[in-house]
Amino acid sequence: MNLLGKLSWSAIPFDQPIVMGASAFMALVVALVLGWITLKGYWRYLWDEWLTSVDHKRIGVMYCLLALVMMLRGFADAIMMRAQQAVAAGGAQGYLPPEHFDQIFTAHGAIMIFFMAMPFVIGLMNFVLPLQLGSRDVAFPTLNSVSFWLTAAGALLINISLVVGEFAKTGWWAYPPLSGLQLSPGVGVDYYLWAVQISGIGTLMTGINFVATILKMRAPGMGYMRMPVFCWTSLATSLLIVAVFPVLTATFGMLLLDRYLGFHFFTIEGHGNPMMYANLFWIWGHPEVYILILPAFGVFSEVVATFSGKPLFGYRSMVAATMAICVLSLLVWLHHFFTMGAGANVNGFFGVMTMIIAVPTGVKVFNWLFTMYGGRVRFTVPVLWTIGFMVTFVIGGMTGVLMAVPPADFQLHNSLFLVAHFHNVIIGGVVFGVMAAYNYWFPKAFGFKLDERWGSASFWCWLVGFYVAFMPLYVLGLMGMTRRMQHYDNPAWQPWLVVAAVGAVVILGGVVCQVVQLVVSIRRRDQYRDATGDPWHGRTLEWSTVSPPPAWNFAVLPQVADLDAWWGRKQAMRANQDQPARAREYRPIEMPKNSATGFVIAFFAVVTGFALIWHIWWMASLGLLGAFVTVLAFAFRAQEEVEIPAEQIARFARAHQAEVAA
Amino acid sequence: MTQTQHDRAPGDRPVLADSEDGTSSGVLVYTIGLVLAVILTATSFWAANTSLLWGPGIPLGLAVLAIAQMGVHLVFFLHITTGPDNTNNVLALAFGLLVVIVVVAGSLWIMDNLNNMTPPSEQMNMQMQH
Repeated sequence: MNLLGKLSWSAIPFDQPIVMGASAFMALVVALVLGWITLKGYWRYLWDEWLTSVDHKRIGVMYCLLALVMMLRGFADAIMMRAQQAVAAGGAQGYLPPEHFDQIFTAHGAIMIFFMAMPFVIGLMNFVLPLQLGSRDVAFPTLNSVSFWLTAAGALLINISLVVGEFAKTGWWAYPPLSGLQLSPGVGVDYYLWAVQISGIGTLMTGINFVATILKMRAPGMGYMRMPVFCWTSLATSLLIVAVFPVLTATFGMLLLDRYLGFHFFTIEGHGNPMMYANLFWIWGHPEVYILILPAFGVFSEVVATFSGKPLFGYRSMVAATMAICVLSLLVWLHHFFTMGAGANVNGFFGVMTMIIAVPTGVKVFNWLFTMYGGRVRFTVPVLWTIGFMVTFVIGGMTGVLMAVPPADFQLHNSLFLVAHFHNVIIGGVVFGVMAAYNYWFPKAFGFKLDERWGSASFWCWLVGFYVAFMPLYVLGLMGMTRRMQHYDNPAWQPWLVVAAVGAVVILGGVVCQVVQLVVSIRRRDQYRDATGDPWHGRTLEWSTVSPPPAWNFAVLPQVADLDAWWGRKQAMRANQDQPARAREYRPIEMPKNSATGFVIAFFAVVTGFALIWHIWWMASLGLLGAFVTVLAFAFRAQEEVEIPAEQIARFARAHQAEVAA
Repeated sequence: MTQTQHDRAPGDRPVLADSEDGTSSGVLVYTIGLVLAVILTATSFWAANTSLLWGPGIPLGLAVLAIAQMGVHLVFFLHITTGPDNTNNVLALAFGLLVVIVVVAGSLWIMDNLNNMTPPSEQMNMQMQH
């Protein structure tokens, strides 16, 4: 009996200098960060205030931090691919061997979708939702912490694969038969599947949590038609998460059964059908892109209304469009595999549905434009990202509608045209959206604004870099270049790929500017301090409390009388300026107690995942047992909540006069 | 959590929680549900193993029993009612049904279409490759 399963020293690729260099660099960074924390004696603070926190704001910030770190990792992969394709023309092989190149494009896709975009939008929703709804936390705070830590566990597993073993070489869809045991006998696919399974559980619980929060915990007076648009798009996203993440989990579960226990769901010899995998994968996969983009749409709605100083144009049509997208997004998945061989009626149906879903999206674009029209627009960094989004996303959307025509898709399928299209909508939509949100809500989270100059420098680098990097890919796609080529023989492609690589370097400049922006802003935080809690002259409830908000968010729960609740209250206050302020009465608030449950469960999840990947069965059982015991211990906890006395709240409110009477 | 007016779990009826006889009627509801569920389960086991019924009708009968079972669970255990405080639950159920129908019907349609469109020779080739 082998105690360590498939694991041995040969799993670590000592002979590959690029991998070892990257691993050493990552190890060095981690060691530096941990050393710095130890040196400064921050462990206690970190543990009490962050790692065990069940405060939705802290968890949201940690989600965004995880996403930013993972973005660096995914971006490093992107730069390597662009560099490889820029040089590997004609007879040249470039500097990346095929098996390494394959791992890089798989890791890039998996990391950017599951561990960059998802954590970022979930982090934003976590931070903003309860504040906008006027509530004190999400519906299930400890579950929220578990969700975050499971996502982090998945991210950790994917990064372990860099050093120990290998990552999948199948592309991020992991289509069988390529991802089956016969053609992918290594641990790479298992790393991918278990990492996504573990984080997927976290995502599903987040979806449930947010649906419950939005439906059940709105401030008194906030009917559905008084919810900010960001809450509506978050509701649609959460509903989609609850609807389709189980499909992904089940699909990956079946593939795992094929790989581990000799099942034949997707193997041809056992009368399974690999085409079913593609079908199921995209039943999750297409709603997934709307899961990512809808919160971004919400962000743009908030940013446009705030900085134009006007209520959002067509609020009701915006809500209707959001919910229409929520349902329609479940009806278009086949457009990802028009070429798999379905008949004209099937392809035609899904092609038409895909074109129809562009209509509510178009409604939204016009609503944003009409909101800005006639408004006094302040060109802050979030607005720059929003305008960049509107131009870029419309181009990406139009190439998408083009590819929704099945005959056109037969030409463009799996070409670089497709790659350019989905980067056009994901970077132009989701990344620009989270960047706008990051600049917009940062002052709320930390009490000081981000530097505007470095912020706009970052925006311009990203925008210009994006066009330089991805417009050539459209051309290359039309020239017939397929995606995921480690090297190619056609020398006519090379100039375009060199241009694309230059574009990637310009985007790198944007990423560097972002890091510099953060560092500069932290250093000058006293200069950028915002004492009012409402630096942008905002419209929604999150700006009515102090920045950063206290653990209880609102000393007195707000009474909502109209849409744009905070704006309305500010107008009313201006009208009643002369009257003396009422003396306020504070009541003690019960807050959920911090809990290490999430952190401990995630620890055991990593142990279990790692053990399953390497077939170390005893360790997997121990990990599962540990997670189970942790849940039991949480269920039998003696004290659920802590009471914050009224005096403390009153003292806090006196210290922060910014907060105004409800 | 902290706000009692929002603290109610979806489907909990305040009338039951507040009044004294709420608990006993709750137990009664669960008991009726349990009895119905057991009867439906026993009937389907009996129907599957009996020779008294017309053979080809049995799968259809089992499907009917299964759907009835779902109904019993929804009404007696998950407290789906038509009351106004239950709109969220009914909508959630409708959305869930929509998703299930879309996924199942869509997959059947697509996979059937793929099966019909793939030429037999190609199917044989695919089998021979492995």
